[in-house]
Amino acid sequence: MPDTATEVASLVDKDYEHGFVTDIEADTVPPGLNEDVIRLISQKKNEPDFMLEWRLKAYRHWLTLQPPHWAHINFPEIDYQAISYYSAPKSDKERPKSLEEVDPKLLETYEKLGIPLEEQKMLAGVAVDAVFDSVSVATTFKDKLAKEGVIFCAFSEALQTHPELVKQYLGSVVPMTDNYFATLNSAVFSDGSFVYIPKGVRCPMELSTYFRINASHTGQFERTLIVAEEGSYVSYLEGCTAPRRDENQLHAAVVELVALDNAQIKYSTVQNWYPGDENGQGGIYNFVTKRGDCRGHHAKISWTQVETGSAITWKYPSCVLTGDHSVGEFYSVALTHHHQQADTGTKMVHLGKHTTSTIISKGISAGQGQNAYRGLVRIAKQADNARNYTQCDSLLMGSRCGAHTFPSVEVKNPTATLEHEASTSKISDDQLFYCLQRGISEEDAVSMIVNGFCKEIFKELPMEFAVEAQKLLDMSLEGAVG
Amino acid sequence: MLTIKNLHVEVDGKAILKGIDLEVHAGEVHAIMGPNGSGKSTLSNVLAGRDGYTVTQGDVLYQGDNLLQYEPDERACRGVFLAFQYPVEIPGVNNVYFLKAAVNAIRQYQGKEELDAMDFMALMKQKMTLVKMDNTLLKRSVNEGFSGGEKKRNEILQMAMLDPKLAILDETDSGLDIDALRIVAEGVNQLRHSQRSIVMVTHYQRLLSYIVPDYVHVLSEGQIVKSGDKNLALELEEKGYGWITEEVA
Repeated sequence: MPDTATEVASLVDKDYEHGFVTDIEADTVPPGLNEDVIRLISQKKNEPDFMLEWRLKAYRHWLTLQPPHWAHINFPEIDYQAISYYSAPKSDKERPKSLEEVDPKLLETYEKLGIPLEEQKMLAGVAVDAVFDSVSVATTFKDKLAKEGVIFCAFSEALQTHPELVKQYLGSVVPMTDNYFATLNSAVFSDGSFVYIPKGVRCPMELSTYFRINASHTGQFERTLIVAEEGSYVSYLEGCTAPRRDENQLHAAVVELVALDNAQIKYSTVQNWYPGDENGQGGIYNFVTKRGDCRGHHAKISWTQVETGSAITWKYPSCVLTGDHSVGEFYSVALTHHHQQADTGTKMVHLGKHTTSTIISKGISAGQGQNAYRGLVRIAKQADNARNYTQCDSLLMGSRCGAHTFPSVEVKNPTATLEHEASTSKISDDQLFYCLQRGISEEDAVSMIVNGFCKEIFKELPMEFAVEAQKLLDMSLEGAVG
Repeated sequence: MLTIKNLHVEVDGKAILKGIDLEVHAGEVHAIMGPNGSGKSTLSNVLAGRDGYTVTQGDVLYQGDNLLQYEPDERACRGVFLAFQYPVEIPGVNNVYFLKAAVNAIRQYQGKEELDAMDFMALMKQKMTLVKMDNTLLKRSVNEGFSGGEKKRNEILQMAMLDPKLAILDETDSGLDIDALRIVAEGVNQLRHSQRSIVMVTHYQRLLSYIVPDYVHVLSEGQIVKSGDKNLALELEEKGYGWITEEVA
């Protein structure tokens, strides 16, 4: 009889497929952080004055903060002075007008990732604002969007073309003083995406940004702001892969969503950053602040995420349900393998009356992976008839991994209805043997069982993304049973 | 079809099977009977290749080939089917999807073309009538929330779909009421075939009134202590297992 544990070990040791580095000369600021660096970043991007002021204010506040230690993760102290806070491909100075002008090496990178922009143009109506390191290099489908009045561009571009919109909404959901990493991001953010959907417009296509971290030692500080005006709708996709690295890389992004009356924002993420090797070396530190504000009545914000990458994930996409009858949703699959650690979850803050929220979290742990769900549901005093449904399921593969659940609830209004369900299961030898006995290989069996476990989440993802997510899980988990 | 020679099996260092000899020819139905703890389930599991069983001595030949060298999924692909005593639930995995994956994995192994969705569903519809399977069960997850009878019917449906050469039915009658038992037994009877062998493992005689075996073997303390035809089962039903063990002693 084969020894399942050893067999698993061999199957699991599959190299990270997207581990390659593109050799592009980067315009990188020397490592270190001080006010001069921030001024330099702002100046390089030719930002309006208010932006520089905002960055400096955030930086000064950041200096007074201590890194958080409450999460269920372990990592060495980060030396923030060893990080370079700005890196742009050389071509930044002469922005390419079309794909033909884009550095061919860059395009090659996309080819390797299987997301060639050329093809993207024709594919499924997805407009891509491709973020390569910190600066957006190509944006497609702008015309079609412009016709509807939709603004979808690089954050730095929005600062030039629509500074008033940025000024109005930036930091209105995640204040610059919010937390250690968000504050750092506020000070040094490089670029990101800006989306504005005008009143009554249903965005004609899924908006998609592919992130990719490239230059060595460069922290990546993305900033995304999405504003959906009254009665509008947008679905935004975020997907990531990263090249192989030996040293850990910090990523501290901030995403802010604002949904006004009757507006709906659907934000989907498939995250596949380099998780480190089987010994826990390398990999991305992903410390992200994502928050949406249902600012208007009947507004709706849905977060759907499939997290398979990163050495450490610290991420709580949250909803503030300000408007009456507004709806917040959080659907998550988080997978940890080898030495990966994930502390993820959500916060649902009910402020408006008749607000509802749904949380469905699926954690999968394999190898020595540690997976924690941390959730907060807060019902404010004035939030009459608020409702929440929370479901946390954990799937364990092998005996050295861990799943932890930290749900918390604060209810200040007696009319609230809250439900919480949780389960922990193991891919059992029985299930595996049952599949094997029906002629299904071990790999296929694991994939089938895991996908079954994640089904509720995958059905929330747009079609192409669901397929990609499934592939990612398969890739990350081949034979991960012991 | 199946030749078992002097098979000794240990579980956690404890000898469970102590020298089994059995010859099953194509087209035959053999019943293995015995009291609890006699090693019946161990025999089923060893043939199917489950982890945790150590063969210390003896051989198992299947179609003239050493069966024990193959992984469980390869055995399945080569035509060995085990109907589980306790069919396993797999939440979130659709019953039809599962069966299609199984059918096509086996077809692929055997060098046959995979069935497309249309052909598969046509075959499925046809086989479902064998066990009077309700359409709604197809939409559900594998065995999840199935009643005892539904689970066992699902096992026989899988057997019909996978078209095995050697089917081992492990306590297929357990947990079934009389109506469900009849349906399951009729399904199995329709799957009897001159090129297919069936080994039924059971504690009780009642299954054998519906699926009449060609041979009956009594397993006790890891050995086959008596073999005979269907009348042996009736005798057992009347006298209990004590009679045999005493006689052997």
